[in-house]
Amino acid sequence: MELLVASAVGVLTAAGIYLILRRRTFPVILGLSLLSYAVNVFLFATGRLLVGAPPILNKYEEVAYTDPLPQALVLTAIVISFGMTAVVVMIALGAYLSSKTDDINMDDAAEAGEDA
Amino acid sequence: MNHLLIAPVVLPAVVAPLIAMVTRHHIDLTRIFSLAASVALVVITLVLGSQALDGSVQVYELGNWKAPFGIVLVLDRLSAMMCILTAILALVINLYAVGTGWDKRGSNFHSLFQFQLMGIQGAFLTGDAFNLFVFFEVLLIASYGLTIHAGGARRFQAGVQYVVYNLLGSSLFLFALGTIYAVTGTLNMADLAVKVAELSPDNTALLRVGAIMLLLVFCIKAALLPLHFWLPASYAEAPAPVAALFAIMTKVGAYAILRFFTLIFGPDVQATTGLAGDWLLPAALFTLAAGAVGVLGARDLGRVIAYGAITSMGTLLIAVSLFTPEAAAAALYYTVHSTFAAALLFLVTDMVVERRGAEVTPKAPMAQNGLIAALFFVGAIALAGMPPISGFIGKLLVMDAARGHEMVWTIWAVILIGSLVTILGLARAGTIIFWKSYDATTEVPEPATEAVDTQRAASLPFVATFGLVVGLVLLTIFAGPMSSFADATANQLFTPEIYIENVLGDTK
Repeated sequence: MELLVASAVGVLTAAGIYLILRRRTFPVILGLSLLSYAVNVFLFATGRLLVGAPPILNKYEEVAYTDPLPQALVLTAIVISFGMTAVVVMIALGAYLSSKTDDINMDDAAEAGEDA
Repeated sequence: MNHLLIAPVVLPAVVAPLIAMVTRHHIDLTRIFSLAASVALVVITLVLGSQALDGSVQVYELGNWKAPFGIVLVLDRLSAMMCILTAILALVINLYAVGTGWDKRGSNFHSLFQFQLMGIQGAFLTGDAFNLFVFFEVLLIASYGLTIHAGGARRFQAGVQYVVYNLLGSSLFLFALGTIYAVTGTLNMADLAVKVAELSPDNTALLRVGAIMLLLVFCIKAALLPLHFWLPASYAEAPAPVAALFAIMTKVGAYAILRFFTLIFGPDVQATTGLAGDWLLPAALFTLAAGAVGVLGARDLGRVIAYGAITSMGTLLIAVSLFTPEAAAAALYYTVHSTFAAALLFLVTDMVVERRGAEVTPKAPMAQNGLIAALFFVGAIALAGMPPISGFIGKLLVMDAARGHEMVWTIWAVILIGSLVTILGLARAGTIIFWKSYDATTEVPEPATEAVDTQRAASLPFVATFGLVVGLVLLTIFAGPMSSFADATANQLFTPEIYIENVLGDTK
C-alpha cells in the first residue's frame, strides 16, 4: 500500500509540475489542481498508513487508532486549495477576457492585447 | 491570559466582513470604518508593544487548549515590532488610498485590505507552523484580490502570474509541513524546537528535506534570487497603495526565516547545522546584485522601484543569513527602514504615474513637479542607503555585523557596489522624469497650464507620503534607542529557551 500511495503522490506531482510549466492558463490551473491533490494525499499519509482504524482513542479497550491530526490538516488544506482554485479560475478568466489571450507570459502579446 | 493579544487578528477579521456586507454601498461609511479600524490597530499594537518591551513572552491559548495540543499565539519583542510596523504602514496607506480615490476604482478595496492585515498580523503572532500556513493563505487570498483591484489587461495578466507562483509556494509549504510532521509528530513551533533538538543526528535526512523546503517557501515570499520572478511584474502592475502594502509582505518571508531558523533549526541544532546560512548568503548577495542591475535597466518607473525593493530584500537577507545576534539586530533595523522607504517610493511612483505615465522618458512637466521630485529624492537616497537618512545607518549596521565573517570582503563589495548602481539607476530615472521636460531631438511641447491646474490633487495623499518621510526621519534621529531595541530583540531570538519555556510551560 505504501508503494501505491507513494507512487500516486509522485505521479500526481510530476504531472502537475509538467502542466504548470505550460504557457497557457488552462493547463497551468489543471496542474495546480493536480499538485494540490498530491499535497492532500501526501499530508494524509504523514500520519502513517493504517487500514480500518478509527482516528479516536478508546480508553476502555486497546485498539489500533490512526493519527487524527493529519486528517484535520488535510481538511483545512482541501478547503483552502478549493477556494484558491476558484480564485485563480476567476482571475485567469478576467485576464483572458480583458487581453484576449490566455498566454501566461507578459510580453509583446500582452501589449498588443491591451491595444485591442 | 491577555485577550488583547488576539485583538490584532480579530479586529480586522470583524471589520472586513462588516465593510463588505453592511457598508459596501456607502463609500464614506466604508472609509470611516476602515480608517477607524486602522487607527485602532495602531493603538492596540502599540499597547502590545509596550507590554513586550520588558522582554516577556506572552502566550495566548486559543480555546484554552494547552500547547502543544492547541494553537497558540505568541507575543515577543519580534512579533510586537513587526505588528506595530504593519499597523503604522497600513494606516498611512489607507489614508493614501482614501485621499487618491484608489479605493473607489474597484469594489471591496477596504474589506480586502482589512483581510490582508488580518493575515499579516496573524502570521507575525502565531506560534504554530500550520497556523502560519493558514495565515499565509489569508494574506495571500486577500492580496490576489488587491493586485487586480481596478482591473485592466496588464494588471490581470500580472495577477495570474502572481497567483500561480504563490499557489506553487503554498503547495510546497504543505509538502514541507507534512514532511516535518512525519518526522517530529508536532507542528507547534516551540514543541518542534524541543523535538528537533532531541532528534538523533543520523536520522535527520527527512527533517533536512523539510527544513530546506520550508526555507524555499519563505524565500519565495521574500523574493530571493532565483525565486524573485513574481515580484517585479506584480508590484509594478498592482495599484500603488497595494504595492506599498506589499512592502511588508516580503518582510513576512524574512520574518519567517528569522523565526524558524533561530527557534527551531537554530545555529546550535546539530540536525540542521549550516543548512540555511550556507545557501542563504550567496543567494542574498546575488539578489542584491540582480536587483541593482534591474534598477539600472528598467524602463518603467514602477519596475525601477520594484527592483529597488529587491535590492533592499537582498541587503536584509544578507544580514539574516549571517545568523548572529548582531546581524539579526541589523536586519531588524533595516526591516523597519526598508519597509518605509519602499512604501514611500511606491506612493511617489503612483503620483508620477497618475500625472504623466510610468515610462522613464522625457515628457511635459507635471503638476506639483517640485514637491514630488523632493519626495522621490528622499525615498531614493533612503532606499539606496545614502546619508543622512536611515538607510545609511541600516547598511552601516549590516556591514558592521558582517565584519567577523569569512566572506566579509565579498559582502562589503556587493553591498557598496550594489548601492552605487542603485543610486545611479534611481538618479537616472529621477533626472529624466523630473528634470527633462523634452527630448533634444523632438520639438518643445506646449506648456499645458490649464491641464496642470486641474491636475492639482487633494492634500491627503501628500500627508500620507510625508508621514512615511517623518517615519524615516524619526528612525534616523532615534537610531540609538531603535538599535538597542533591535539588539534586545535579537538577543531574545537567540535564546529560544525563554520562548519554549513560556509556550510549553509545565506540560513539557
